[in-house]
Amino acid sequence: METKSIMIVGVGGQGTLLASRILGSVFLSQGYDVKLSEVHGMSQRGGSVVTYVKYGEKVYSPVVELGEADVIISFEQLEAARWLPYLKKGGKLVTSDQTLDPMPVITGAAEYPEDIIGKIAAMGVEVTAVDALGLAEQAGTAKAANVVLMGVVSKKLPFDESVWQTALEQCVPEKFLELNKKAFALGREAV
Amino acid sequence: MKKLMLGNEAFARGLYEAGCEFVSSYPGTPSTEVTEFAAKYDEMYAEWAPNEKVAMEAALGASIAGKRSFCGMKHVGLNVAADPLYTAGYTGVNGGMVICVADDPGLHSSQNEQDSRHHAIASKVLMVEPSDSQECKDFTKMAYELSEKFDSPVIVRLSTRIAHSQSAVELCDRVVPEAKPYVKNPAKFVMMPGNAKRRHPIVEQKLRDAAEYAETSPLNKVEYNDTSIGIITAGNCYLYAKEALGDKASYLKLGMVNPLPINIIKDFAAKCDKVYVIEELDDIIEAHCKKNGINVIGKELFGWEFEISQAIVREKILGIKPDTMTFGENVPVRPPVMCAGCPHRGLFYCLSQLGVYVSGDIGCYTLGAAAPLSAMDTTICMGASISALHGYNKALGAEAEHKSVAVIGDSTFMHSGMTSLVNVAYNASNTTTIILDNSITGMTGHQQNPTTGKNLKGDPAAAVNLEELCHAIGIKSVRVTDPYDMASTKKVIEEELAKDEPSVIISRRPCALLKYVKHNPPLHVDANKCVGCKQCLKIGCPAISMKDRPEGDTKKGRLSVINHTQCVGCGICKEMCKPGAIVD
Repeated sequence: METKSIMIVGVGGQGTLLASRILGSVFLSQGYDVKLSEVHGMSQRGGSVVTYVKYGEKVYSPVVELGEADVIISFEQLEAARWLPYLKKGGKLVTSDQTLDPMPVITGAAEYPEDIIGKIAAMGVEVTAVDALGLAEQAGTAKAANVVLMGVVSKKLPFDESVWQTALEQCVPEKFLELNKKAFALGREAV
Repeated sequence: MKKLMLGNEAFARGLYEAGCEFVSSYPGTPSTEVTEFAAKYDEMYAEWAPNEKVAMEAALGASIAGKRSFCGMKHVGLNVAADPLYTAGYTGVNGGMVICVADDPGLHSSQNEQDSRHHAIASKVLMVEPSDSQECKDFTKMAYELSEKFDSPVIVRLSTRIAHSQSAVELCDRVVPEAKPYVKNPAKFVMMPGNAKRRHPIVEQKLRDAAEYAETSPLNKVEYNDTSIGIITAGNCYLYAKEALGDKASYLKLGMVNPLPINIIKDFAAKCDKVYVIEELDDIIEAHCKKNGINVIGKELFGWEFEISQAIVREKILGIKPDTMTFGENVPVRPPVMCAGCPHRGLFYCLSQLGVYVSGDIGCYTLGAAAPLSAMDTTICMGASISALHGYNKALGAEAEHKSVAVIGDSTFMHSGMTSLVNVAYNASNTTTIILDNSITGMTGHQQNPTTGKNLKGDPAAAVNLEELCHAIGIKSVRVTDPYDMASTKKVIEEELAKDEPSVIISRRPCALLKYVKHNPPLHVDANKCVGCKQCLKIGCPAISMKDRPEGDTKKGRLSVINHTQCVGCGICKEMCKPGAIVD
């Protein structure tokens, strides 16, 4: 099997790391070779961050390059636009409809583009946009937006729901598990 | 059973399995987690040292005592530890000693892009370089064997992509080798000129022996496929080449990068039509080939800067460019910013208001250089804020002394700012130093340090009292301020700047991300009172932005909005808001 590439993009502090670990756990449980590449430390706090997840028979490079991503999972609209060049032609974009102004927009040095999701869809990209933040708050905390998006992505990938549930149990601390399972379910229902 | 592990986690597992018993490090991205994971094994003593030099000397001491020891650091940390390293190259070891150094090609979180292989060559120690998590573990165990076999510290070189990537690792049990008794041996361990002179030929012989070993070492692997293209590479570059070229090329993957073998390279090059060297940063392997008359293509094709990737290999060797699409509109950049509630924000706003020269340092607060605060003039290396400001002030005299400050974090001050402050006091420098005490090592992801009262394992520890320390150094004027209270902080800075003596201001407030820090409820903007003056945007808080007024709101101008998921209620914006529109 050809190596599949997924990118998780967002803003430092949004919880992209947990999302990548859930994906890694799913792919490993299905017998694939897996590589994840992460961003660590506080040094990227509030900045644009990207995590790569790759799986296949044998994965070499841990990074995803321009035009290589089968799926991009975006936690924020502007980040979806920023990393779009990494999406493979025919690839899928799953994005939260959340917007977070970056500092140049806050200070007035730049404008936040309008209708990013609509414009990307108009380019022929298969876009799935959900109110991940709203659904996460419905589940109990805004912090679970990452797991809501995992629920959405689980509908786009060919694995049983039970596989995802096991991955959640492996990656999420016990005391937050119920909440995250709810967030995951809301994500699945949103598609 | 295979387990997905971060390269750094696998490295720590390697330490555990190899029977390492002593770990001392200073945090530095991307190396930090090696030591954090090592600390999870109760069988290994593990500590944070105040800096890399101390850590390496401690590790050498444990090795002299006969135990397998370790110290870890990022590339620039190895500069700090270079002094003991170069002598350890001469003394050699007793118990095996392994050093982790994590390079950062692409400068994801560093002030330069230096190549640590130069240090291995110059200090005459062995260096190995893994290319995935399994190798991080295996090479670390091998490194201990090599360290004891060749009587040398061994550096395991990582890069950001190896340190911070996860891949599957097969776990083994821990085996602690028999401790080597300490036997007094001044000729080996007392490096005064007479002894060192006798050690040098031994060191050279060690390198010749290790180079001979490298010819047959299992660390170096040859893989023949199509021989029209030959790739000589190491570390993560092997992964990029392999992904881009697959069976279209043959590979010589060098796991041992100092000393380099020569015969296997010659042999490999002779069997391939066109030979490329793919390595990030400097031309260590390429220069070695060329020096030995082997014709290779390297930097002329791949360049000297930043990271290499499978896309670069594909384009440079096969001429295939990526097939891609773009958004088609300007996408504003999103640089990292101080978090909402960051205690540094209030202080840096005061500094930007005062318009002073700010001699900066390494930490989260380096972000004070970014707009809209833009309150930093220099950032050089750990500890340089104080020493460089001292030089600046001595050079310019009174015109600079009352209009300049040094800013340095608590951990950085412990690392190497203390000695700079000694210089300030000792040489009567009219210099104002601000210690930003946020009770943690922030930027590397919350590590304890000698000021926090806790050690690496989270147990209670002696805490340095910064006020008393500064007094003891010889600074008479030491003041403490709360950066959330900007009015009094600004006043304290003005008063200290006016003095004709060295002074220290401790800007004290714990990092807002610390678990024990209680947050206030998020603040709100009263739409009736907000006049859209944008004054609250001047502090550069990521939780505040301007939005159009909702339909039906006929008030003029746009409206300031506070993101309730980000705001921690620090109240700094309240201090900025003259109409009093920001409310609880």
